[in-house]
Amino acid sequence: MDVEILARLQFAFTISFHYIYPPLSIGLGVTMAVMEGLYLKTNNKEYEVLTRFWIKIFALIFGIGVATGIVMEFEFGTNWAVYSRYVGDIFGSALAAEGIFAFALESGFLGILIFGWNKVSRKVHFFSTVMVALGSIFSAIWIVVANSWQQTPAGFHIVGEGMWARAEITDFWAMVFNPSSMERLSHVIIGAFLAGSFLVMSVHAYYIYRGKFVEISKKGFKVALVIAALSSVAQLIVGSISAEGVARNQPEKLAALEGHFDSLKTADMYLFGWVDKEAQKVYGLKIPNGLSFLIHKDFNAPVRGLNYFPKDEVPSQVNMIFQFYHIMIAIGMTLIGLSLYAVFLWWRGKLFDKKWLMLIFSFSVLLPQIANQAGWYAAEMGRQPWVVYKLLRTSDALSKSVTAEHVLFSLILFMLVYTLLFVLFIYLLNKKIQHGFDDFEDDLPSLKRDNPIMSKEDL
Amino acid sequence: METILGIDLPTWWYLVIGAVFTGYTILDGFDLGAGAVHLFFNKEESRRVALNAIGPVWDGNEVWLVIGGGALFAGFPEVYASLFSAFYIPFMLFLVGLIFRAISIEFRSKEKMKWWRNLWDRSYSIASIVITLLLGVLLGNIIQGIKIGEGFVYQGTFLDLLNPYALVVGVTTLSLFMMHGCIYLVMKTENRLYAKLTVMVKNTTNAFIVLYLILTGYTLYHVPYMAKKFHDEPVLYIVPFLTIGCVVGLKLLVKRRKYFMAFILSSLTAMLLLITVALNLYPNVLISSIDPAYTINIYNGASSAKSLKIMLLMAAIGMPIVATYTTFVFWTFRGKVKMDETSY
Repeated sequence: MDVEILARLQFAFTISFHYIYPPLSIGLGVTMAVMEGLYLKTNNKEYEVLTRFWIKIFALIFGIGVATGIVMEFEFGTNWAVYSRYVGDIFGSALAAEGIFAFALESGFLGILIFGWNKVSRKVHFFSTVMVALGSIFSAIWIVVANSWQQTPAGFHIVGEGMWARAEITDFWAMVFNPSSMERLSHVIIGAFLAGSFLVMSVHAYYIYRGKFVEISKKGFKVALVIAALSSVAQLIVGSISAEGVARNQPEKLAALEGHFDSLKTADMYLFGWVDKEAQKVYGLKIPNGLSFLIHKDFNAPVRGLNYFPKDEVPSQVNMIFQFYHIMIAIGMTLIGLSLYAVFLWWRGKLFDKKWLMLIFSFSVLLPQIANQAGWYAAEMGRQPWVVYKLLRTSDALSKSVTAEHVLFSLILFMLVYTLLFVLFIYLLNKKIQHGFDDFEDDLPSLKRDNPIMSKEDL
Repeated sequence: METILGIDLPTWWYLVIGAVFTGYTILDGFDLGAGAVHLFFNKEESRRVALNAIGPVWDGNEVWLVIGGGALFAGFPEVYASLFSAFYIPFMLFLVGLIFRAISIEFRSKEKMKWWRNLWDRSYSIASIVITLLLGVLLGNIIQGIKIGEGFVYQGTFLDLLNPYALVVGVTTLSLFMMHGCIYLVMKTENRLYAKLTVMVKNTTNAFIVLYLILTGYTLYHVPYMAKKFHDEPVLYIVPFLTIGCVVGLKLLVKRRKYFMAFILSSLTAMLLLITVALNLYPNVLISSIDPAYTINIYNGASSAKSLKIMLLMAAIGMPIVATYTTFVFWTFRGKVKMDETSY
């Protein structure tokens, strides 16, 4: 295999694995901050127990997130030296800002979060939780700004020629607020809120389903449900704004997302389908002219298709991009349905009455995870063949001194290490969940009284 | 060229990066040192105390590496790109080392089985040693220059990087961190572990002094330009003299069990050694051993003036904030390690 494919595989593998964790940290950070805020406000011991429990899980997630995140920071230099030289002036400043304004905040206060319960006052502890949550969000800001600059470069000029060509910054704020950064950032952060809140709901739903820690789990579930419901609806709005942005800024990507080839025609929107690239056709269930309406607010307006652009400037993996995009949307809709249905039941006072719903929620943690990954795959594969849109090709961005053997070696190394990490992560996460809450009586007696959904074998 | 207080922008950024990596060396230096000596503690209780001594702070300390990496990428992208692609294999091993250190600390306490804890203790200690050695080897290669050719692309091989000089710098760095880590641990411990550590501090200090002398001689012989700035500007001889003063002071303070002061001096020693390197390299960062024309310095390797100014502003705002809450965190966890239910 050649260096380019291997290097791309390595980047895809390491970033995908890394990206399991940061969205959980961001979403969980906010959820924890709300729980601890409620504890501070209501003095209800249950919220303290919840906060302590979730901080332990947070520590585990954060630890692996950091360990795999440092790899990303250095991988630009090791595998993508030409890219690093090209974008250092711009990308580097975002990365440096991430370190100093975000990551330092998060890591600095994390110690107090985990080990500081008996060392600082309740208020200071709450403050630290808020700082950690904010730090994780700030991280996302700088990273997504840097990535968005690759999608829609702005606030720069090109200096030098050939191998010495470099993008140099001319306007910092134009770089930060490049055409796609704000909508993509909102999309990513809300996706992270969904990841975190669904993790919390999953675990509490599991407890309720199994009849363990039921009363306290109801409280935890509700906190997360509020965040999840607000986020899932917000994601619909932000997601469609984001799609309009893609239409404006990266029309090739949009055409690939819906498998639209012919420029003279109106474009359909698919619920699901299969793209036959050779025949330039999509087979599936569609809303006729839906994409035309989404983009132009007119069912009869034509949309630029892939054929409009030069062949070597459009992404090649159209079907995969199409599939990832539609998986993301399907899951997004499911999350809205799930969380709104749960809110409806809550309003009717029957939220925890349906055992099957708790079972579904127990597994629901996987959905935002898959959607987040799929969304990024669609976004990044849709940017190809460019690493920096219209400026630098992925194939030109590699390190010249690095051989295929090097990359293969490190790819295998990371696969082995990350497999081990993942197995241990799942094992330890499961262990923490099975262990449940410290200093807290298992509330089986109360459960018998007021929990009609419990079956006999659970008791 | 634009200047601030008479100093040009690339030099300012060189100073910022120097400060960040010095911060990293001093802070993560004691974590890594504590990790490197971890297997010398035989009892489960001692190992737990040692881990909890760095528990609340090691993550924050590692951040300095992340900031440093970002700062290098941002300010000197040529250096970042050439250095990291040249050190491909060592950097991958370094990253794996960082991963294993992090997860070992995190995972160890999660199970009570003896084999589980022993496994993570070993992994933690080996990872700390590997990270430290690689950092030293990296520094050694930076000092003597590497085979950078046309287009600032590295032309050597992995084995070129494992030369005797770089290895000596690696081992010396390891001894420095071990000493530094032992001094940190002795401040955080009591009773029998404290007694054991007083001996370890003594031994590691002696080892460091011997290696420091060997390395100094080797450096003067092998890369004499590492003393050139001192000859050119005799007032700068204050740096090596202060270093020697610190090393002598260390020996005396360790003997008198003044460990807090010893910790300050071991931090200063690390800082002064890095200043020696930075001063004599300046304005070069990556010396080409093929042709001086390919040497990357802070001018041909820097980002634009505009970018540097933006980042200097960020550093000016960000650093004091980071320093403030880092101090607060260290203050919160001051004193001897006391175990409670949140400990590892």
